[in-house]
Amino acid sequence: MLHYLEQAAAGKVAPRKAIVVRNVSRRTFLGTAAAGFAVAAFPKDALGFAKYEVGGSQMPHGLVYDPTVFVSIDSDGTVTIVAHRSEMGTGVRTSLPMVLADEMGADWDRVKIIQAEGDEPKYGNQDTDGSRSMRHHIQSMRQMGASVRFMLAIAAMQHFGIIDQPIEAVAEAFGASDDQFEVQGVTVGVHEVTNDATGEAVGFGELAEIAMLVPVPEFEQLNFKDESEFRYVGKGEIEPYDQHDITTGKAIYGADVDLPGMKVAVIARPPAVGAPLVSYDATAARSIAGVEDIAELPITVMPAKFAPLGGVAVIAAHTDAAIRGRDALEIEWGEGPHSNYNTEEFTAEMRETANAPGKVLRKEGDPEAAFAEAAKVFGREYSQAHMAHAPMEPPVAIADVKDGKAEIWAPVQSPFGTRQDIAAALELPIEDVTVHVTLLGGGFGRKSKCDFAIEAALLSRDVGAPVRVQWTREDDIHHSFFHTTSVERIEVALDDQDAVTGWRHNSVAPSILSTFAEDSGHQFFIESGMGHVDVPFEIPNMSIENGKAMAHTRIGWYRAVSNVPRAWAIQSFVAELADELGRDQKDLLIELIGSDRELDPPNQGFPDDYWNYGEVYQEYPITTARLKNVTELAAEKAGWGADLPAGSGLGIAAHRAFVTYVAVAARVDIVDGLITVPEMHIAVDCGFVANPERIRSQMEGAAVMGMTLALNSAITFQNGAAQQSNFYDYDIVRATNFPKVVHTHIVEHPFSVHAAGVGEPGVPPIAPAIANAVFNATGQRLRDLPIGTTVS
Amino acid sequence: MAQLTINGESRTIDVPGDTTLLWALRDLAGLKGTKYGCGVGLCGACTIHVDGVAQVSCMLTVSQVEGTEITTIEGLSDDGNHPVQVAWRELNVPQCGFCQAGQIMTAASLIEDKPDISDQEILDGMSGNLCRCGCYQRIVAAVRTAATGS
Repeated sequence: MLHYLEQAAAGKVAPRKAIVVRNVSRRTFLGTAAAGFAVAAFPKDALGFAKYEVGGSQMPHGLVYDPTVFVSIDSDGTVTIVAHRSEMGTGVRTSLPMVLADEMGADWDRVKIIQAEGDEPKYGNQDTDGSRSMRHHIQSMRQMGASVRFMLAIAAMQHFGIIDQPIEAVAEAFGASDDQFEVQGVTVGVHEVTNDATGEAVGFGELAEIAMLVPVPEFEQLNFKDESEFRYVGKGEIEPYDQHDITTGKAIYGADVDLPGMKVAVIARPPAVGAPLVSYDATAARSIAGVEDIAELPITVMPAKFAPLGGVAVIAAHTDAAIRGRDALEIEWGEGPHSNYNTEEFTAEMRETANAPGKVLRKEGDPEAAFAEAAKVFGREYSQAHMAHAPMEPPVAIADVKDGKAEIWAPVQSPFGTRQDIAAALELPIEDVTVHVTLLGGGFGRKSKCDFAIEAALLSRDVGAPVRVQWTREDDIHHSFFHTTSVERIEVALDDQDAVTGWRHNSVAPSILSTFAEDSGHQFFIESGMGHVDVPFEIPNMSIENGKAMAHTRIGWYRAVSNVPRAWAIQSFVAELADELGRDQKDLLIELIGSDRELDPPNQGFPDDYWNYGEVYQEYPITTARLKNVTELAAEKAGWGADLPAGSGLGIAAHRAFVTYVAVAARVDIVDGLITVPEMHIAVDCGFVANPERIRSQMEGAAVMGMTLALNSAITFQNGAAQQSNFYDYDIVRATNFPKVVHTHIVEHPFSVHAAGVGEPGVPPIAPAIANAVFNATGQRLRDLPIGTTVS
Repeated sequence: MAQLTINGESRTIDVPGDTTLLWALRDLAGLKGTKYGCGVGLCGACTIHVDGVAQVSCMLTVSQVEGTEITTIEGLSDDGNHPVQVAWRELNVPQCGFCQAGQIMTAASLIEDKPDISDQEILDGMSGNLCRCGCYQRIVAAVRTAATGS
């Protein structure tokens, strides 16, 4: 998100254009004076995939294809692969290196993974969100793996005397010739290379030193594995890399780094964003054993990006003293610019706005005429409360600032962004700031915002010692970058045959952009790209609108972002419309999606700045057949249409998010008024499947998070302050009531159907599937998230 | 000054007796496997064993556990192969992993001498441990595997 927000805040929004990907054909080696080891033509056109354009190349610092940055091989054969994306539970620290290891021929048992520091000029983009890691990096991982395999093969040819020149001469020949070298006479197996003529094998370790002298080949020189040759990719049999450490308590998260002489800081922050610090009395705090110092951080007002909120910090020898000290502070806060933020009034205001015409973002056909001429207009509105991410690990960071340098350890999704922000906050050159990334105890978008790491850096500088800033759970829930609150109003025009002739959807929600730039009250292109302007229905007249809503707290992105309220509204609405028309809910959904086609944004009135998750549209189009397929698959697996006992219902919802298609069929049983979910079927189509085991775990997790946000998640504001504090009033579903059995059905594709991510797309359809099931079980239609845990 | 027995080892911890056990373990005894998640006994991330029984360490003070045997995730087994840990890995339970030490400690105490534990007992027994990633389906299956061996 960060990249697009910065673009939008700076007004530099450029729609993505397709680039022409060169039609790659393999040239045979011609033999020149420069290369005395000419080999015969390659036996087959073994190019494993046609390279395609992904949005990663347009991200800051783009994609890196240099295997010498990502891979090293020790003489004992240990292959070390860099994980440059942050691990917050998706499995990325395993899955991307696994792709590279498979393509290079490494034995996974001999692979070691090291975590990259925040260094995008070196590693390429590291901003871990937007379900982008696999989507953006699978090709570069394959290319680097194939490159290393090629380099090892050349090294083996030299080792076996197939090339009768010193490797330095080979290296020189690479640079001197336009022609390409090909591997001949050797076969790269698993962690070794065999001489085809003699059967003699040599290990990767023994070849490492020579291989590293071989120039890195170009994509066109590479021979990729056929999909059938993968040993790990697509299999789901690799144990997540950190799993053993996690189960034995050895895994290192943000708070687990210890530095000599480190202090712990806990901060009292303003209850409403920007509320001034009038006065404080730290006498009681200072009297607590272990409390050593008090420090002030300047109060910031929106938009402040990730600048800390400011406040009063208690510095102590250990966490317990710091928390008690903070709680003992007596503080008077003044009135800030958002101290009048009250949820009840604000929601009423949003409802009013949603019922008036909004700013038109997409117009197709003649919606005014369609509604004017309608036999009937059917409209409903749906709302969602603010949410906090509440990762199990609250924000925490460690900083050691001394001698004009800063070293940071933090669980951050955007390590290079963190480094840039800390360099700016400390007024240090970026070269003097180091950001080490620990494991993240959950992220969900919260840890894309590095305010907590900036706090640690400022306090370490001020205190003159290493400092860990520890957020309590209350801090986390009070001072999140909240998921926005929204009202979505949808209306359809129906003709006298009950055919839908017009669609109007007005979305009203404070924008994330308000955190980055002066608030216009309007959403921007990434928010409208998430299930709003891109609604995939085949309806001739469309008006997609956005009404104004100003932000009064820090708005951030939460797993699946605006897709959550959009799927909530649209998928609930379709089911309601079906009931209104006496139609089957699933059949009407399929009918509205319509014929098999790819949507045609420029000719369907999409806005000029339409955002397809940063992807070139032609590479990741909106393909209705894929959305219908997952819908039918989930329905079929769940036994859609079967008679259920009273108090039970099936609900269905489908949504495309982050270019992945997910449909959910949820079974709800009402037990003594309690909404329970005994079973869910989730069908997911994310293109090529790299790690099905972690895809399943993401879907199972999305089911739980989706049920939590459906039933429980509401942050409300009074006088600018969040009213919830901890898991007693911001509960998440527990072992006693969660989606008991989640069946994940993965649609398989060849590599040519581009891989996409799964971290977020599972979440949006869960809540509407549950609410539709509640309706089918009880006849009660619930339109406001959260719907609560019980129905009467 | 408190005298604690942690993972079979006698430790002297230089804090007042009313210091929260969780922070004494993490900040002063250097045992980082026990996690802070809520501080009010609602999430279970800080679960340890006191004389073999699962308890949340954020709700205990060091003076309350003097004279007891404290076990943390680091001391659950010598080789990291407690049946619960093995089951956790077999079923690939963790996602982010942050809550898992607490989950494992609760599960290990729950299944002690209960090879015929019922599904409802597992659900009830694990209900104090939150997982925001949502690993419950696998947690429940792994507890059953660890308890029953299948």
